Amino acid sequence: MSVVLAFSAAVLFGLGTWLLMQRSLSRLIIGLSLLGHGANILLLLAAGRRGRPAFSGGRSPLADPLPQALALTAIVITFGVVAFLLSLAWRSFELTGDDLVEDDVEDRRIAAQRRARGREISDEEALRAELSDETRVSDDDDEGPA
Amino acid sequence: MRVLLPLPVVLPLLGAGLSIAFGRWRWVQRAIGVIVLTATSIISLVMLVKVDQDGAAAAQVGGWQAPIGITLVADRLSAIMLSIASIMLLAVLVYAMGQGGTERHRVAFHPVYLVLSAGVAASFLTGDLFNLFVAFEMMLTASYVLITLGGRREQVRAGMTYVVISLIASALFLTALALIYAATGTVNMADLAVKMGELPEAVRLAFSLLLFMVFGIKAAVFPLFFWLPDSYPTAPSPVTAVFAGLLTKVGVYAIIRTQLLFIPPSDRPSGLILTVAGLTMVVGVLGAIAQADMKRILSFHIISQIGYMIMGLGLFTVAGIAAAIFYVANQIVLKATLLLVSGLVEEAAGSSGLGRIGGIARRFPLLGWLFLLPALSLAGVPPFSGFVAKLALVEAGVSQGAWVVVAVSLFVSVLTLFSMTKIWGGAFWGKPEVVVEPSGVVARWGGTAPMLGSTIALVVLSLAIAVWAGPLYALCERAAVDLLDPSSYVSVVLP
Repeated sequence: MSVVLAFSAAVLFGLGTWLLMQRSLSRLIIGLSLLGHGANILLLLAAGRRGRPAFSGGRSPLADPLPQALALTAIVITFGVVAFLLSLAWRSFELTGDDLVEDDVEDRRIAAQRRARGREISDEEALRAELSDETRVSDDDDEGPA
Repeated sequence: MRVLLPLPVVLPLLGAGLSIAFGRWRWVQRAIGVIVLTATSIISLVMLVKVDQDGAAAAQVGGWQAPIGITLVADRLSAIMLSIASIMLLAVLVYAMGQGGTERHRVAFHPVYLVLSAGVAASFLTGDLFNLFVAFEMMLTASYVLITLGGRREQVRAGMTYVVISLIASALFLTALALIYAATGTVNMADLAVKMGELPEAVRLAFSLLLFMVFGIKAAVFPLFFWLPDSYPTAPSPVTAVFAGLLTKVGVYAIIRTQLLFIPPSDRPSGLILTVAGLTMVVGVLGAIAQADMKRILSFHIISQIGYMIMGLGLFTVAGIAAAIFYVANQIVLKATLLLVSGLVEEAAGSSGLGRIGGIARRFPLLGWLFLLPALSLAGVPPFSGFVAKLALVEAGVSQGAWVVVAVSLFVSVLTLFSMTKIWGGAFWGKPEVVVEPSGVVARWGGTAPMLGSTIALVVLSLAIAVWAGPLYALCERAAVDLLDPSSYVSVVLP
């Protein structure tokens, strides 16, 4: 029983971490909820073996209820936040027509500044060139609405 | 005293509920917000005085006794943090009312803001590691809403990064909790302080590092800071001010609390923490120098300043920790003030980009003063409060012989001053230049009365910290003595 739980926690953590590396928001959210499930199973595992409850001391046929209460709280919290994240992802899709994580414009501005120094053009022009590159690249590899 | 303890958490939550019910009447929402936060500030100040006189106090909410029940503890550290935080939250709320924007157009602002302050208070007061997790979630979920309120494109992008990073940290926190419970069978902090001693040294070290990493993400220490400068500047300026002033400092508080309570003196990771502190300072300030926008420069400074607080902790002496507490309290005020001023500049000139505006100091002398005083204080120029905090830190470092980190911290101060002069030269000097011409009262003074009033109040507060630095530092020293000897904390919670 415990081995199965430990194994599934490990698999959930692994899958969750892998999904977090993805650039697509929907996968990211699935990854986060898997990570949350992994942590919850770990909490259940933390209760240890049956028959050693937290507060009555001696042996009893009960399992430790405290980690279960903790896991329940954690599940509710994860549920709420994932719901919020989904609505945020939907808003992002509405605004950009795209499911990918966007780049930070200010970061690109600084990168463009450095390039501008080499090429004798103004910062604004360099940023414009940089951003238009970006749009072209992302237009090529997604088929969704622009 | 026991009656007072739950109030800073319960009052804002009640207020939040009422605030939703009266969503149609903005003035009722405003009245609720101001009354609740004023009450919280007064209660926490009373608590600070009482705790300083009689020592720490604990309350068991719900009637179950300590290792199982919901424990709330106020010792000197939590009372100091709570008082400063409540005053700051009140000032920023008043500012937000004067600004229009988010507060005026979104019904959700007031309830969510109150939930945020309840979460912050709960994080400071809880005596239970799992409730710390819940308090963090309460605070963070509210902050997710505040940072994306309005739903503009860049807000959604930045908010996404922020939410995902915070959620990863939360999942790690939960994992750490599960492991700690498996090893010790308790999540009560006082109980943990006792039972951690029975664990093998390697396990203890693993827990210490795991918790350091979890709270390090929230506090934005090197190398876990990358999310902060990306997400903070996109929020409306009162929200950025609260985040900058408070959220990272709650992380620092959690680091101080857990590292000192759970880890016996012999195996505290002092070298690691000092290295991380030095790197955080340097990377943060270098990032700030590269930026060309007031809000972004200030966001990078948040990171750099976190380094100083962690440095004080890393010394693990009374002087070091006292300096760190003083530093945190001072920074909460300073950082909020500076970001409120950058909000005022945005209001008056239409932008906070250094290349696009200029001459603010000539056109709005008041804004010039409001920026200059906290900026000099941040850089550590005497006689301001930032100087006192840095002096205390450097003294503590020198007495421990931590020369490298002391040298780094002094060098970073110079760079901080440099980047402040960059803002000053870009936005405040030069010939007056605005992107959008202000109108009405803003054109005369640079902001509306509530905005200017609350910013002035915070500047005065930071000057007051400098004037009463002696007694305040002595208070921090007493708090540090308490922290370094967890037995008093334990005996209050587990009588």
